[in-house]
Amino acid sequence: MDKHVLLVEDEVNIIEAMSFLLKREGWRVDTHSDGATAVSAIRDARPDLVVLDYMLPGKSGIAILTELRALPDFATLPVLMLTARGQSRDREEAERAGVNRFMTKPFSNTEVLNAVRDLVRG
Amino acid sequence: MIRESLTGSRIRERRVIAGLKQADLARQIGISASYLNLIEHNRRRIGGKLLLNIAHVLGVEPSALTEGAEAALIASLREAANDVGMGVAEVERVEEFAGRFPGWAEVLAGAHRRVLSLERTVETLSDRLTHDPQLATSMHEVLSTAAAIRSAASILADGTNISPDWQARFHANIDQDSRRLADSAKALVTYLDANPEETAHASPQEEVDAFLDAHGHGFDGLEAGTQSVDEVLAQAPQLASVAAQHLARQVLGQIEADARAVNREKLAEALEDTGMDPVALAQRFGVSVARILRRLAAQPGTQRGLVVSDRAGSLVFRRPVEGFSIPRFGACCPLWPLFQVLMHPGQVLRERVQQQGRRVATFDCFAVAEPVGPAQYNAPQLVHATMLILPVNAPDQGQTAGRPVGSTCRVCPRELCAGRREPSILSVGF
Repeated sequence: MDKHVLLVEDEVNIIEAMSFLLKREGWRVDTHSDGATAVSAIRDARPDLVVLDYMLPGKSGIAILTELRALPDFATLPVLMLTARGQSRDREEAERAGVNRFMTKPFSNTEVLNAVRDLVRG
Repeated sequence: MIRESLTGSRIRERRVIAGLKQADLARQIGISASYLNLIEHNRRRIGGKLLLNIAHVLGVEPSALTEGAEAALIASLREAANDVGMGVAEVERVEEFAGRFPGWAEVLAGAHRRVLSLERTVETLSDRLTHDPQLATSMHEVLSTAAAIRSAASILADGTNISPDWQARFHANIDQDSRRLADSAKALVTYLDANPEETAHASPQEEVDAFLDAHGHGFDGLEAGTQSVDEVLAQAPQLASVAAQHLARQVLGQIEADARAVNREKLAEALEDTGMDPVALAQRFGVSVARILRRLAAQPGTQRGLVVSDRAGSLVFRRPVEGFSIPRFGACCPLWPLFQVLMHPGQVLRERVQQQGRRVATFDCFAVAEPVGPAQYNAPQLVHATMLILPVNAPDQGQTAGRPVGSTCRVCPRELCAGRREPSILSVGF
């Protein structure tokens, strides 16, 4: 069965480009744009990987990740966080919250695909 | 000659700053209070041992009393020397240096002041990058749009077969995003290039702070009862947002009520009797200690700071004082007496603190937390903590230097502090 990724991002054109890329790589892609309901969307979808934006409407990526890591079933779910904030303390904050990989916008497609492959290979 | 003739005024000014009653100072230097009164009103010349004794008790250089500008120069040189850890013996020769090489001394002091000013700018910009919501949102918009363009352009350029429909779609997305990027970048540049006065206010509270600063935190019309709050607000076009006007109305209403309850001139007279004793003053005027602290901070011609916090730790009022750094954004140091009293409403805390940073400065703080709003059954008790901040020029020998506190973690050098929330830019950079 195809690997399943949930893309939690609110930029429509980033969603479109990344969905295209990941589908072309053989992934099954679902998307979600609202931070406030992201945790329940992840619980329902039970993906193999989450690509999570740092700054989302309704709830920040860090808050979503923190909630997610408190759920036993999702404590080790691979999460790739995308952010426009590149300061070291943001990265440290994300690492404390339990992120697996942290990537700063504007990223390259190759970087994203490599990260996704690495995370699922585990 | 003019400078010397004002020595008495400087003694009075320093005594008031030190919170000493006239009678106390007179007793410590062995003269009568009435003679000291004549000196302070420049009606008796002063010099020699008496001047040295007064300077010692007030904890200042004698030259600070006899020579205003020269004292400031020497103080700047001392700060510069202390900042680089110069040896005590060298520092003690500062007056000799200033006397022999006045031109070089001015250059050095000027360079030191410039360094301090630039450091403040760095702190402000660092704060702004971290906490300015408009800047953070603008940067996010620009970088996210750039990411979308880069991703779509790479897909088109990577040589893989793409259906004509998808090609058209990505071309349209790139066109749309490139226009959005141009607009976002232009808006960001406009924001960064705008008048600093306009962009400096990241919140309504900042607008109010700037408004109060522009008035020197003094409103004579409200003090005298000749002007209403509405009339003051009508002459404040700089309060652009509705939220800022609302906050300013609250602050001005408080100032008006405080002025009615505690007359400015009567407070100055009472201070002569009691010295810096807010509890005694509160009893004398029959008002709360917090009100006295606010009135003491509002006395004209004094160097006194005031901060007021709500129970969540947000500063709802700030009156800065030279040397005591109050962060514009983000959380303050949790070690301030201001936050200690939140745990014990009604208790008045008097404590000497030493604020750490690029410059170390000592302050006497009075803090009290008092309920706000009317009493209600079974409702959460809202509390405001108020802290008066008095600079201490040079602690007397044998007196405590003060409990170390910071400004905010971002610029605090106390690495091992249990209250640290984030690394300091002084140690790890940006």
